Amino acid sequence: MTRQTEFRTALLDAAQPQPEGLSDGKGRPAGRRYNVYRNNVAVSLSEALETGFPAVAKLIGAENFRNIAGLYLRQSPPESPRMMLYGRGFGEFLDGFAPLAKYPYLGDVARLEFGLRESYHAADSTPIDPAALGIDPERLMASMLTLAPSLRILRSPFPVVSLWRYNMEPGAPKPTAEPQDALILRAEFDPEPHLLPPGGAQFIEALLCGETLGAAYEAGLARTDAFDLSAMLTLLLGGNAITSLEEPTP
Amino acid sequence: MSKIVKTVAVAGAVAAALAAHTTTATAMEKEKCYGVSMAGKNDCAAGPGTTCAGTSTVDYQGNAWTLVDAGTCAEIELPDGRMGSLEALERDLPQG
Amino acid sequence: MLDARHAHTVLPNAPGVGYKPQHFSEILQDVRPVEWLEIHAENYMGDGGRPLAQLRALSERFAISVHGVGLSIGGESPLDADHLARLKHLCDWLQPASFSEHLAWSTHDSHFLNDLLPLPYTDATLTRICDHIDQLQEVIGRKMLLENPSSYLAFDESTWEEPAFLDEVARRTGCGLLLDVNNVFVSATNLGFSPQAYIDAYPLDRVGEIHLGGHDEDEDDHGAPLLIDSHGREVVDPVWALLDYTLERSGPRPLLIEWDTDVPDWPVLADEARRAETALARMTEAVPA
Repeated sequence: MTRQTEFRTALLDAAQPQPEGLSDGKGRPAGRRYNVYRNNVAVSLSEALETGFPAVAKLIGAENFRNIAGLYLRQSPPESPRMMLYGRGFGEFLDGFAPLAKYPYLGDVARLEFGLRESYHAADSTPIDPAALGIDPERLMASMLTLAPSLRILRSPFPVVSLWRYNMEPGAPKPTAEPQDALILRAEFDPEPHLLPPGGAQFIEALLCGETLGAAYEAGLARTDAFDLSAMLTLLLGGNAITSLEEPTP
Repeated sequence: MSKIVKTVAVAGAVAAALAAHTTTATAMEKEKCYGVSMAGKNDCAAGPGTTCAGTSTVDYQGNAWTLVDAGTCAEIELPDGRMGSLEALERDLPQG
Repeated sequence: MLDARHAHTVLPNAPGVGYKPQHFSEILQDVRPVEWLEIHAENYMGDGGRPLAQLRALSERFAISVHGVGLSIGGESPLDADHLARLKHLCDWLQPASFSEHLAWSTHDSHFLNDLLPLPYTDATLTRICDHIDQLQEVIGRKMLLENPSSYLAFDESTWEEPAFLDEVARRTGCGLLLDVNNVFVSATNLGFSPQAYIDAYPLDRVGEIHLGGHDEDEDDHGAPLLIDSHGREVVDPVWALLDYTLERSGPRPLLIEWDTDVPDWPVLADEARRAETALARMTEAVPA
C-alpha cells in the first residue's frame, strides 16, 4: 500500500489505525495530531453538503443532517476539486437511505437544490427580444425555440416546490400532498424554482427535445385541455429563458 | 383541435405573453438568499466553495447514531410515498 | 466567453485580501488600502453566472492572484489532465498577475479530499513534485508560486528540511515561492522548531507573495500546543512580528490577508489590510532609499 493510500484510508475511516511513521516532530507518535486531518476532511465535506442542501438540512434537522452527511461523504467523497459539483448523487443516496423511508420526498428536494446550484454556475446566455415571437402564428408554431443553459426541469410525485419554499421562504404555506413539477429559471444570476402548471413539463420537455413550438404546444394540450400557452411563454420570457428562435426555412 | 383554432390561440397567447413581459434590472452584487440558514452568506446559491484552511471542529468518527425527531419533516403531513407516486403515474398517462 | 481587459501583470508590494463574494459592493466602492485580490481557482471553474461576472468586473480594477487549492501537486497519482486544462482556461482569459498552488496533496485514486494533506520530504517526493510543477508550468505557460504548508505532524522518512526542499524545487523548476508566515508559525509551534530559524534558512529571494492568516489553538495528547490553520480570525501578534522579521530580510512583498471561515464584515478585513500596510511602511522607513 502506498503512503497516500494508507493515509487516505485512515482519513475516511476512524476505525482504521493511523499510518505508521508519523510523529510530533519531537520523537513522539503523532497521536491525535493525525486527527486534525480527519477533522478537516470530514468537517469540510459535511459543511459543503450543508451549504449545498439547506432545505434538506431544515427538513431533517441539523443534527440528523450532519450524521447522514458523515455517511455520504465516506461513501461518496468528491470526484473533482470543483466543490460546486459536490453532492450530485445526494438525492439518490437519500432515496435509498432506509431510516428516512417515511420521508420519500427528500431525494427530490435534494435534486431540486442541486439543480439550483447547477443553474447558478451554468453558462450565460442572451435572451431573445420578446418581440421576435410576434411573427405570423403559423410560422411561429413551426419554429424551434432554444432554451437557456441555466434552465432545469424536475418532475416529482411530491410537492417538491412547496417543500422547498416552506423551508426556504419565511411565511410560505405548508405543503399539501400533490405531485409538482419544478422549472428552474435564472433570469440573471439568481436561479429560482417555479411551479409548472399541468402540461408545462410536457411542453418544456418537448422544446428541450428540439420539437417545434407547435409540437410542444400539442404536448401540453395532450396533458390537459386547460394548458395555458400564454402563461408558459410569459414564464419563459420573464426568466430570460428563450435564447433563440429558429424560423422554418421557406 | 383544428389548426385554425390553434393558430388563433397562439396569436392570443403570444400577445398576452409580450404584454406581461418586463425587463429585470441588472444586479450583479445583489444576491437573493433564502431562509435563515443563509444569514450572513452572500454566495448562498453558489453552493460549497473551496477552502485552504483547516478546522478545529472535531467530527471525524462517523460512529453509530440514531435519527432524532427534529427538522420540519415532523411538521409536514404528507402521506408517505405511495399515494403521491400513484397520482404522478396517473397524471402522466396521455389523455384523450 | 469572458474576455480579459486589464493590465495588472504583477502583484504590487501592497496589501491584498482573499476575495469573498459578500464583499463585492464594498470592494468596488472604497477598498483602501487593498490593492489586489486573491481568488481560489476552483471556485471560478463554472461555466458562467455571478462568480465569473464578478471576477471579470474585479479584474478590470484590480490585480488578481489565482490561488489553486485542488491540483494535488504532491499527489502520487498523475495530475488530473482535465483540471490542468481548466486552470489553463482560467489563466488564459483572466491573465492573472500571479498563479500559486500548495506543497500538498488532496486527490488520491480520483477521490478529492478537500484538504491540503502533508508530504514526507524525500528525494522521491522531490522528483515527483518537480515533475508535476514542470507539467503545470508547461500547460499554463507561466511560472507558478509554491506555498509552504501548515504542518500538524512530521514523517519519519523525511530527509529534507522544508526550506531546503522548497529551495530545491524552485531551483529545479524555476517556480517562485509563496511564503505563508502564519503557516511557518503554526508548523514551528506544532513541530517545535524556531520560526526565525526557518525564515533564516528560507530562500527569501524567491518569494513572490506572502500570506497572513489567523489560526485556532488546540493541544496534542501531551498537552503541547497544537495550532490549527483555520483562517477564521485576526492574525496574532507573534505572526505580525514574524512578518516584520521576514520583511526586514526580504524587502517589500505583496502581502495577502486570508480569512476563509467565519468571514467578517469588510471593515474588519480592511483593518487587517491596514496593519499589513503599516508593516510594509515601517520597513520602507527603516531601509534607506
